[in-house]
Amino acid sequence: MTTRRNNSGPTDGQLLGMYERMLLIRRIEERLRDDSATGKLPGAVHLYIGQEACGVGVCAHLEETDWVTSTHRGHGHFLAKGGEPKAMMAEIWAKRTGVCKGMGGSMHVADLSKGILGANGIVGGGLAIAAGAAFAAKLDGNGRIAVCFFGDGASNQGVFMETMNVATLWRLPLIFMCENNQFSEFTPSKEVTAGEIADRARAFMPATVVDGNDVIAVWRAAADAVDRARSGEGPTFIEAKTYRIRGHIEAEPMMLGGGKYRDDVEIQEWTKKCPIARLRAHLLETRTAPAAALDDIEASIHGIVTDAAAYAEAGEPADPELGFDLMFAGARA
Amino acid sequence: MAKKRYIQAINDALFEEMERDPKVILFGEDVELAIMGDTRGLLAKFGRDRIRNTPICEATLTGMAVGAAAAGYRVILHLMFSNFIYTGFDAIANQMGKLRLMTGGQLKLPITVLCGYGGGRSTAAQHSDTPYPVLMNVGGIHVLTPSNAADAKGLLKQAIRGDNPSFFMEASGRGGEMAEVPDGDHLVPFGSAAILREGKDATVVAIGHMVKFALEAADQLAKQGVAVELVDPRTLVPLDEAAIIRSVQKTGHLVVVDEARDRCSAASQIAAVIADKAFGALKGPIKRVTVPNVAMPYAAIAERRLLPNPTSIAEAVTTALAA
Ligand SMILES: Cc1ncc(C[n+]2csc(CCOP(=O)(O)OP(=O)(O)O)c2C)c(N)n1
Repeated sequence: MTTRRNNSGPTDGQLLGMYERMLLIRRIEERLRDDSATGKLPGAVHLYIGQEACGVGVCAHLEETDWVTSTHRGHGHFLAKGGEPKAMMAEIWAKRTGVCKGMGGSMHVADLSKGILGANGIVGGGLAIAAGAAFAAKLDGNGRIAVCFFGDGASNQGVFMETMNVATLWRLPLIFMCENNQFSEFTPSKEVTAGEIADRARAFMPATVVDGNDVIAVWRAAADAVDRARSGEGPTFIEAKTYRIRGHIEAEPMMLGGGKYRDDVEIQEWTKKCPIARLRAHLLETRTAPAAALDDIEASIHGIVTDAAAYAEAGEPADPELGFDLMFAGARA
Repeated sequence: MAKKRYIQAINDALFEEMERDPKVILFGEDVELAIMGDTRGLLAKFGRDRIRNTPICEATLTGMAVGAAAAGYRVILHLMFSNFIYTGFDAIANQMGKLRLMTGGQLKLPITVLCGYGGGRSTAAQHSDTPYPVLMNVGGIHVLTPSNAADAKGLLKQAIRGDNPSFFMEASGRGGEMAEVPDGDHLVPFGSAAILREGKDATVVAIGHMVKFALEAADQLAKQGVAVELVDPRTLVPLDEAAIIRSVQKTGHLVVVDEARDRCSAASQIAAVIADKAFGALKGPIKRVTVPNVAMPYAAIAERRLLPNPTSIAEAVTTALAA
């Protein structure tokens, strides 16, 4: 897109809301990082630290009834779309109080009541699912839209092109939100991704590239895309350039066995570009909020995280018989 | 003989075969830094022409394996987790398994696909499948299920030298396990089962990952005076039917242990073969110890409910003998 359709906003209230949501994601994930390190979590966790502006800047525009699909790195999308911290934590702890009853875990957090069609362990798996949800919304004419969050790595799956084609032809109310965090597992994106991802999308639809560590830039790009989707103009592509601060997976150092695929200096440089610190500085500089107000937010989030972790830890383990009842609706496997 | 980890034995086989034949190439997602550990060190030794990280695009990778093999290379494709067979399945089922027949035998497809399979580590439903039954049904594809380091090395070397597509199913939970591996150019022929323990009372056929549990079950049963004959088929396609039939003719009882879901599992196939070809030798019903027809849940407690274990195997043997 060359011209911006929406030049107003975000409002002060929206900015504070996004600050709060980004901080919530960060603090929850720091807790997951620590609990993973001490062996409290049964499965692998892929952390979103450093990418919070991407999920939050987009979801700030969405209604509860809109749809999102997410990836293996899905905690941030889940929380940004309004998922419950407690229910997510308990899921990652494999408890029956978890949002998927301990059946899905970190890589599969989903809450259909909030429009969260789920994180996905198959890279690229969410693209077509989001297109299907957008198709259903279009058929229903209920004004809902769908957002597909995916990584730079997923953009190399053929389904990316196939989905863009059908979404464009059918003018689906769909947003392709590509978070380019510069890595696919231990492989730098530039070694496996030819050209610019946004150029692939340009063959089909308006495409824009934004600084993914600037929540205001993401919010503005998403405002246009949401506007297009809601007014029946079809899909839009956004590429947010960002950086994965943590390893691909928390067990990464063990898996690498001393191998290296990026520079520590690079990680430090990007850590300085933290989207949350950046928004905080902006809020203080523009006198949108005094430091004390931001500290209050921090304190209240600390409480939410502590409560969520305690809730997760205290929950009953998942029901080992449940799987048999869940394979089919209305029938036992 | 030297003790080696399962994953190290695979790594040794890759080094030896790439050294032996310059036409052997290897590609896959994150093989350079070796996300599974098995390809570690290959890049430094053989360079990027022969081992290379790919984009995430399994549908293309399986197709490229077919093309490069048809054009004269010996291809090793690493698919990481066996669930990614599904994203690459078209070229496996429609090309790899059929092209030789469709071209009237004009080409050979020396392709070895590596992937880790199995549950028990809370990786949830999309990273824990045991999908060899679907591969067995494709036709034209060898299916290898090494249960220990020695067989891993020998079967992999055999696969790389062979002229047909082979899927080398790595037991994901077994990577760190140690076993004696013969020195030198150790090869294991396809279709040759190993009798891991001799016994007169019941035949237990255990596949891949399940062999260890079956050995533990055999120990438990030995204490109760039941002598189990443990057969490890080592390859499912081709299947050493004769070895299983011989064992059942000796014991009269068959229990098959398989980590695949029950319906149309490898265990189902083996049970059918015995019912068909050795019915007269059976003194009781065949029992299958498999995973129920349920996707693998995340919670460890729910996974344990589904996966075979030494106790469930021993119980199945006891039931088979009592029937
Ligand atoms: C179909 C499929 N192939 C491979 C994998 C293994 N895998 C998991 S995450 C990942 C990298 C994904 O990169 P990207 O899409 O950029 O997302 P990021 O991890 O950077 O958030 C890979 C290769 C998978 N889960 N699914």
